[in-house]
Amino acid sequence: MSALEVCDLTLSFGGISALSGVSIVAADGQITAVIGPNGAGKTSFFNVVSGFYRPTAGRVLLDGRDITALPPHRRPALGIARTFQNIALFHGMTVLDNIKLGAHTQLQTGLFGAGLFLGHARREEAELTRRIQSDVAGFLELDTHADKEVQDLPYGLQRRVELARALAARPKLLLLDEPVAGMNREEKQAMSRLILDIRRQWGTTILLIEHDMGMVMDLSDHVAVLNFGRCIATGTPDEMGRNQEVISAYLGEPGAPLAGQAA
Amino acid sequence: MSGLQVFLEYTLAGIATGGVYTLVGLGFVLVFKASGVFNFAMGDMMMAGAYTFYLCAVVFDLHWAVALLIAVVFSCALAWLIERTVLRRMMGQPVIAVVMATFGIGFVLRGIAAIAFGSEAYQLPALLPRAPFFIGDIMLPGKSVRGFVLTTGLCGAIILFLRYSRAGIALRATAADQITAYAMGINVRRVFALTWMAAAAIGTVAGVIAASVTSLTPDLGTIGLNVLGVVILGGLNSVGGVIVAGLFIGWLEAMTAAYLPGDIREITPYIAVLAMLMIRPYGLFGTRPVERI
Amino acid sequence: MRATRHRRALAAVLALLALLLPLYAPTQWIYLCSLLAINVISTVGLNIVTGYTGLLSLGHGAFMGVGAYATGYFAIRLGLPFYLAIPLGGVVAAVLGLAFGLPSLRIRGLYLVIATLSAQFILNWVFNNWTEVTGGLNGLSLQPAAAFGVVFDSDARLYFLCAVPAIGLSLFAANLFRTRVGRAFIAIRERDRTAEVLGISLVRYKLAAFALGSFYAGIAGGLMAYFFRIVTPGQYQLDVSVFFLAAVVVGGMGSIAGSLLGAAFMTLLPEVLRLLLDVVGQFFALRAALILVPLRETVFGLLLILFLIYEPRGLIRLLRRVLDRRGAAPPPPLIASLSSKQTR
Repeated sequence: MSALEVCDLTLSFGGISALSGVSIVAADGQITAVIGPNGAGKTSFFNVVSGFYRPTAGRVLLDGRDITALPPHRRPALGIARTFQNIALFHGMTVLDNIKLGAHTQLQTGLFGAGLFLGHARREEAELTRRIQSDVAGFLELDTHADKEVQDLPYGLQRRVELARALAARPKLLLLDEPVAGMNREEKQAMSRLILDIRRQWGTTILLIEHDMGMVMDLSDHVAVLNFGRCIATGTPDEMGRNQEVISAYLGEPGAPLAGQAA
Repeated sequence: MSGLQVFLEYTLAGIATGGVYTLVGLGFVLVFKASGVFNFAMGDMMMAGAYTFYLCAVVFDLHWAVALLIAVVFSCALAWLIERTVLRRMMGQPVIAVVMATFGIGFVLRGIAAIAFGSEAYQLPALLPRAPFFIGDIMLPGKSVRGFVLTTGLCGAIILFLRYSRAGIALRATAADQITAYAMGINVRRVFALTWMAAAAIGTVAGVIAASVTSLTPDLGTIGLNVLGVVILGGLNSVGGVIVAGLFIGWLEAMTAAYLPGDIREITPYIAVLAMLMIRPYGLFGTRPVERI
Repeated sequence: MRATRHRRALAAVLALLALLLPLYAPTQWIYLCSLLAINVISTVGLNIVTGYTGLLSLGHGAFMGVGAYATGYFAIRLGLPFYLAIPLGGVVAAVLGLAFGLPSLRIRGLYLVIATLSAQFILNWVFNNWTEVTGGLNGLSLQPAAAFGVVFDSDARLYFLCAVPAIGLSLFAANLFRTRVGRAFIAIRERDRTAEVLGISLVRYKLAAFALGSFYAGIAGGLMAYFFRIVTPGQYQLDVSVFFLAAVVVGGMGSIAGSLLGAAFMTLLPEVLRLLLDVVGQFFALRAALILVPLRETVFGLLLILFLIYEPRGLIRLLRRVLDRRGAAPPPPLIASLSSKQTR
């Protein structure tokens, strides 16, 4: 069963096409990596799945439901969450409030309930705080930082806050856009373990954009390779490592073993 | 007088005032294109230039050309000062903060003018001959027509400057991509300062023309706020759009003055802007930006 | 957690002191404090829109005017008591705010600035010209507010009329930011596209923030109508919008406590300027009456610029820095980069 099915996706901006005829399937509860050189259209692909861009042609199916035309703010309620390549946290707010924003669609408080802050609104807020502290913050070792302003945290922790925010929604489908960019080896390993834990604990389907081939090989069940906006190959990590087209797309010349790319 | 004649007279008179709008609009777009700043003080900079001209030409009784030159130099200096002390310090701040700051600058200029000159209306010397102008049977106010000829000439000069001069190309390069322009050896900061000064110079000429067509008060800068509508109407990044929109708003104002009761003319540009926001928010000639995330 | 409890206790004490004020303060003070209460409401409203949600409105003064005129109309023509007329005035202001804000809030960009500026001029024109409803240049004259045998005609009673809604509406606003609604506002200010991915409908929340801000403006206008007992077009011009922008910036964008400070500062400022002119006027032949208005405009503008450059987070931040030395927090995250071009 596939959680996400993208069929024949084409995306162009005034004649320049970012994606053409891309079909990628993310199987339920598995980790699917999307790889490819810079400018191959990976982030554009994520932006179509999260609804920023309306594709020129093609369909996006979530659990069999067509969501191609659904505006971005309606998608989290269906279980889609994502992180960003450039950390996109909200400055001027605490870590806890940033994480809470991830659960926005699961709360009901309206304008008047919020302003009066009685009964329901108060309970809902307390319940959310408790849930984040027990489920997410502890899991990602952020509990001691909950009340800090998010811009005061070091880079690696900020990435983790972003992940926590995505998890606060308890998503069925999690899109991770280069989650270890700019991290050192230890931080990368910690993040890899976290990603595996997330899958194990919640059965989340994960789509992952990553340049670190070692990490892709270790983590993913499935790999899709994009180049110049086309999906040139899909298969298991091992198959990709042997695929000549993939190797040449990455290295510009045939022959070098892909797994040796790990930086 | 026949209905058609009235229509034509008002049309031409409206287009003539539209020339001033176009000029001010160009000053606004120049700054926006180069530095991404919405200069809400544009109208008040033009007012400041007009008062300087008044001071030189009437109080010190200088020849009008000398007075105009001094006024242009003074407002360039003022613009340089504003760019240097306010805008440069605000680089990287959120857009709304920058807008508030330019709005504040406008208020300061207007306040100072009102303190120094009071709120009474001054008449500028008859820079433009008053003799009416005839096209067939249609009589046009001489000042407006000659003002229009002047503004058209200036607009043409600005466009040629942008297109062909070295500084104009540097400016457009900066507008397209600041970082790359910087890497190509363009002094981006100097481009910012220069555009502010150019806008001020344009504004001064526009201010003198506008004030000599009507009269000079500290509220002359309100034209600058009307012009914002012009800029929106034309599209923020389109020079051609500003020209068309400026003339159009001038015409529309004249039409409402001719055919509608009361002083609804005052708010015509704003009604046009609101209507525009509903129909084509990115302007008649502007393009919707492709966003990257 | 303990810090918030302290702050809440402090707020409660301040509110109590504010309500007891007429018992010990001289009349002139009570007058100023009533004005302050009204200004607090309007400043908090604009802060929700501009400080928290990041939407710049230049029409706040006009929306206050809408509240004032609507309240006056309901009271005079329909004979409604003040406790209905004022809230209804707020609702009218909110609805008009929505009408003017809707086209520009649908799209991203600075278009709201232009739309609200247009609203300011158009509404002012309506105040002047729709004589049947607004009374034209003569404006509207109101009877003092009265209900259940109490007539709000003394300074102390008027003060209560203004202070109670000021406290209530400030608390309402502060509460918003303890919930998803307030978080959504701030998220839109900081990164609207990211907010959208988290499930926040930009149009809906931007409209909500703007309508709420206009409602606050309308309530403040309605109170002002009963406070001065007259509503004229000259009271709600562009300079009022700038006055409240300055109050928001000077006090601290994105802070309710800051709105209190900013409103207090801006309420006292004209009085200080007046005193100053009186003193200076003894030595120079100044036409003080003529200079006061432009001088105020100049000072408002200067304050706006200086605070935006030197302390964009306003007085509240200065105060916090003084109060708690540990909190030597790093400067606001305003990265000076070449590319200040943003589309929002």
